[in-house]
Amino acid sequence: MATHHHEEHTHAQPVSFYAKTLWVLMALLVVTVWAGFLKLPDWLGITVALTIAVTKATIVIMNFMHVRFSSKLAWLFAGAGFFWLIIMFAFAFADYASRHWEPVQGW
Amino acid sequence: MATITAQTGTERVNYLNVRTTVASWLLTLDHKRIGILYLLGITFFFFLGSLAAATIRLELATPKGDLLSSDTYNKMFTIHGVLMIFFFLIPSIPASFGNFVLPMMIGARDVAFPRLNLLSWYFFMIGGMLATIALLKGGIDTGWTFYTPYSSAFAKGEVSLAIVGVFLAGFSSIFTGINFLVTIHKMRAPGMTWFRLPLFVWAMYATSLIQVLGTPVVAITLLLVAVERSFGIGIFDPNRGGDPILFQHLFWFYSHPAVYIMILPAMGVISEVIATFSRRRVFGYHFVAFSSLAIAIIGFLVWGHHMFSTGQSIYASILFSFLTFLVAIPSAIKTFNWMATIWKGRVHWEAPLIYALGFLGLFVIGGLTGLHLGSLATDVHLTDTYFVVAHFHYVMVGGATMGYMAALHYWWPKMTGRMYPQSWAKLAALMVFVGFNLTFFPQFILGYMGMPRRYHSYPEEWWALNLLSSAGASILGLGYLLPAVYLVWSLKYGRIAEKNPWGARGLEWEAVDTLPHPHNFERTPIVTRPAYDYAHPEEPTAIFPAPRPAYVGGGGKDG
Amino acid sequence: MSVREAELHLIEHGREVPHLGEQYETIEQQNDAYTIGMWAFIVQEVLFFGGLFAGYAVYRFKYLYEFVAAHHTLSVVFGALNTFVLLVSSYTMARAVRAAMRQQHKEQFKYLLWTIFFASIFMVNKYFEYSAKYHHQLIPNQSYSAEEVIHHNHLKVENGMVDLGARKVSLEEFTGRTKLFFSFYFIMTGLHGLHVLVGIIVLAILAVRAYSDYIRKIPHADYMPVEMVGLYWHFVDIVWIFLFPLLYLMGGQ
Repeated sequence: MATHHHEEHTHAQPVSFYAKTLWVLMALLVVTVWAGFLKLPDWLGITVALTIAVTKATIVIMNFMHVRFSSKLAWLFAGAGFFWLIIMFAFAFADYASRHWEPVQGW
Repeated sequence: MATITAQTGTERVNYLNVRTTVASWLLTLDHKRIGILYLLGITFFFFLGSLAAATIRLELATPKGDLLSSDTYNKMFTIHGVLMIFFFLIPSIPASFGNFVLPMMIGARDVAFPRLNLLSWYFFMIGGMLATIALLKGGIDTGWTFYTPYSSAFAKGEVSLAIVGVFLAGFSSIFTGINFLVTIHKMRAPGMTWFRLPLFVWAMYATSLIQVLGTPVVAITLLLVAVERSFGIGIFDPNRGGDPILFQHLFWFYSHPAVYIMILPAMGVISEVIATFSRRRVFGYHFVAFSSLAIAIIGFLVWGHHMFSTGQSIYASILFSFLTFLVAIPSAIKTFNWMATIWKGRVHWEAPLIYALGFLGLFVIGGLTGLHLGSLATDVHLTDTYFVVAHFHYVMVGGATMGYMAALHYWWPKMTGRMYPQSWAKLAALMVFVGFNLTFFPQFILGYMGMPRRYHSYPEEWWALNLLSSAGASILGLGYLLPAVYLVWSLKYGRIAEKNPWGARGLEWEAVDTLPHPHNFERTPIVTRPAYDYAHPEEPTAIFPAPRPAYVGGGGKDG
Repeated sequence: MSVREAELHLIEHGREVPHLGEQYETIEQQNDAYTIGMWAFIVQEVLFFGGLFAGYAVYRFKYLYEFVAAHHTLSVVFGALNTFVLLVSSYTMARAVRAAMRQQHKEQFKYLLWTIFFASIFMVNKYFEYSAKYHHQLIPNQSYSAEEVIHHNHLKVENGMVDLGARKVSLEEFTGRTKLFFSFYFIMTGLHGLHVLVGIIVLAILAVRAYSDYIRKIPHADYMPVEMVGLYWHFVDIVWIFLFPLLYLMGGQ
C-alpha cells in the first residue's frame, strides 16, 4: 500500500517568535517584582499582581503552548479550565465576603 | 489482518475468543474487555457495600443499639457510603457500559486512548483494594464525607489509607472522562454529526465534563486531610486557625456535581431504552441533549445547599438555593420528553423497560424531594434527618442504580451473546421496585418526624417504620441477587442471542455483531440517518464502503 | 466532507506512518486527539492546584496581617530567580518542541538537556529555600515557632499579645495563623516542586529518545510526545507564575 507521507503541517514558528516571547515575559517579570514593592492597599496590590500574572500566563498559553495556532476546540478546553476556577473562587468568596454584612433577623 | 475473516471451527472471531490468556485480559487495550473488567470490579464493590447496608438495616430493625456498638455502626455507614459512591456509583455506567458501547455508538474502533483506559482500570482496582484493606484493618468512622476537624485531627483508624484509595479512584474517573471527551470529539465516524448521536453519548459527554472539572478538587482536598493527619500541618483544624467550613466548600464543590456523574449516564440509558422499547425516536431530542449539558454546568453552582446549617452566609445560601431550583428544570424537561416518547409508542414490555419505568417514577420522587431540601426554611428542619437519606437513595438507587440495571439487561445480549429468561428478569425488576419503596419511603416520614441520620439507635415510637424499612431492604436485596443468579446462568444456558434481539436502531445493534469483533466494525461506517430512526426502518443508520486494502504493521490489541 | 469523499478517503489512506494507532484513520486525527487530550489533563491540573489557591485566598482574606508578616520571611531574590529560571526553561522547551516538529533531533536533544538543566537549578534553589525555613523552625509541624516571623518583622510582643499595628492578636493565634501561611507555602510549592521533578524525569526519557532518533537518523519520528510534555511543562511554569507574586510579593504593607 503506497504510504504517501504528505508533509505534516506543524505549528513550528521561526526562532525569533519564541525569543521575542521570552523577552516580553522577562520584562513582565521585572514589572511584577517592581509592583510587589509598591505600597498599595491590599485589594489593589492583588489586582495588579493577578493582572500581570494572567497576562504572562496568556502569553505562555498563546505562544509557547501554540494555542494561537490551534483549533477552536483547544481554545475552548484551555478557557474552560480557568473559567471553572473562577466559579470555585467566586462562589466560595460569596460566602466568606458576605458573612459580615447586615445580619438577617434571627440568623 | 487475517483474523478478520478467519474461522476457528464454526466460531466467528470475537472480542472474547480472539485470545484467552490471563495476560491478554490484564494487558488488554480493547475497550470492550476493559468494560467487562470494570463490570466485575464494580459488582464486587457493590456487593461489599451491600453487606454494610444489610448490617445497618439489621441494626435499625430494633430501636436499641444492640447489634453493633455506636463506633462500629459509624464504621458501617462510612464504608457503605465510601464503597457505594466512589467504587460503585461513580464508575458504574460510564466505566462498564460507557466503555463497552460508546465507541460502537459513534462508529469507532476503540476509544481515543486505549492505554489510558487500561491504566484507569488499574487505578480503580488498586484504589478499591486499598479502601477494602482500610475496612479490613478496622475501618473508618468519619462518614463518607470526611468532615474536618474530626477526620483530619481526631479520628482513629485508617483514614489516610482510605483517602489514598478514593484518590486513586478519583484519577481513574478523571482519565475515563478525558478519554470519553476526546473520543466523542475526534473519533466519530463520517456522517455522525453531533445531532445524530444517540442521547447516551450526549449524557456521557456531559458526565465526562464533570469528571474532569470536578474530581481534581476533591482529590486535592482529601490530600490535604491526609497531609494534616500525617504531618500535623493544619489546614482545617480550628485550633490552628483553620476553617472546617473551607473543607466543606472544597469537598462539596466536587461532591455535588458528583451526583450528576451518577445520574446523567443513567438518564442516557433511559433515553436509549425508552426509544427502543417504544419504537419511537426520543421526543424533543435537542432539548434532552442540551439538558444534559445544562445539568452538568448548573450542577457546579449549587454545592452550598449541603451547607445551609453550617454558618454559611445567608446571602450565599440564598444564591445556592435559587440555583438549586434552577438545576431541577433540565431534569424535569428530560422527564417530560421521555414520557412523551412512550406516549402512543408501540410499547414492548421487556425487562430493560420495566427498570426504565421504575426509574421514571422513583427519580421524580427523589428529585422533587430535593426541592424540599434546597429550600432554606424547610432544610433547617430536614437536614441531617432521614429525609435526606431517603431523598438521595431515591435518586441514587431508584434513579442511578435502576438505570444501571436497565443498561445491564439491555446490552447483556450484545456483550455475552446470550439472552436471559425474561420472566425472571421482569420479576426481579418488580421486586427491586417494591422492595425499594418499602425500604425508603418510610424514611421520608421518619425524617419529617425528626429521626436523625447516622445514629445506631432511636426512640421506640419510630420502631414500626424502621422495621418496615428493614423488611423492604430484604426484598430489595433479593431483587438484586436474582439477576446475579439468572445472568450468570444465562452465560451457559441462555438462548443464543441474535445480532439485534430488541429490534433497536443504533450502530451497536445494526452494525456490530452480538459478541462484537475486536475492532467492532470490519469497515468504518458512514452514517446517513439520525438516531432512533424508527420512522424509516428500511433505511440502515450507516452504510459501509468497499473494503480497505489490508494494512501493514497492525499488531493485535490484546496481550 | 460528502459521503462520496469520505468513502474515497477511507479507501486511499492506509496506515500512513508507523506510529499511527489502530483506532485512528489519519495522523491528523491522532495528533488532534492527543492535543485536546493533553489540554483536558491540564484543565484538571488547573482545578487540582486551584483548590489550593482557593484555600490560600480564603485564609489570606481572613488573616491578612499575619500572612503578610509571615511572607516577609520568604526570599524575593530566590523567588524571582526561580521565576526567571522557569521562564527560560519554558523557552528552551518551546525550542525543543520546535526542533522535534522539524525532525531536527540533535537540536531537540540539546534543548531538552537545557530544559532539564534549568529545571534542576529551580530544584536546587528550592532546596536552599526549604533548608533556610527548616533552620528558622518555620516548617509547619509540631516544632513550628513564630519567633522568626516576629523577629524578621520587628514585631513587639507584650503580655502574650503581638502588635500588628492595626490590631493585636494573642501569640497563640499569631502562631497558628502564620503557621497556616507556611502550611500553604510548603504544600503549594511542594506539590509544584513534585510536578517539576516528574517533569525532569519525563524530559530525561524524551532526551534519550531524541538522541536515539538522532543517531538512527529517523526521518519521521512522532513529535507529539515532545509537544505534549511541552504543554505540561508550560503549565508547570504558569502555576509558578501565579505562586510567585501571591506568596512572595504581597504588596509592601
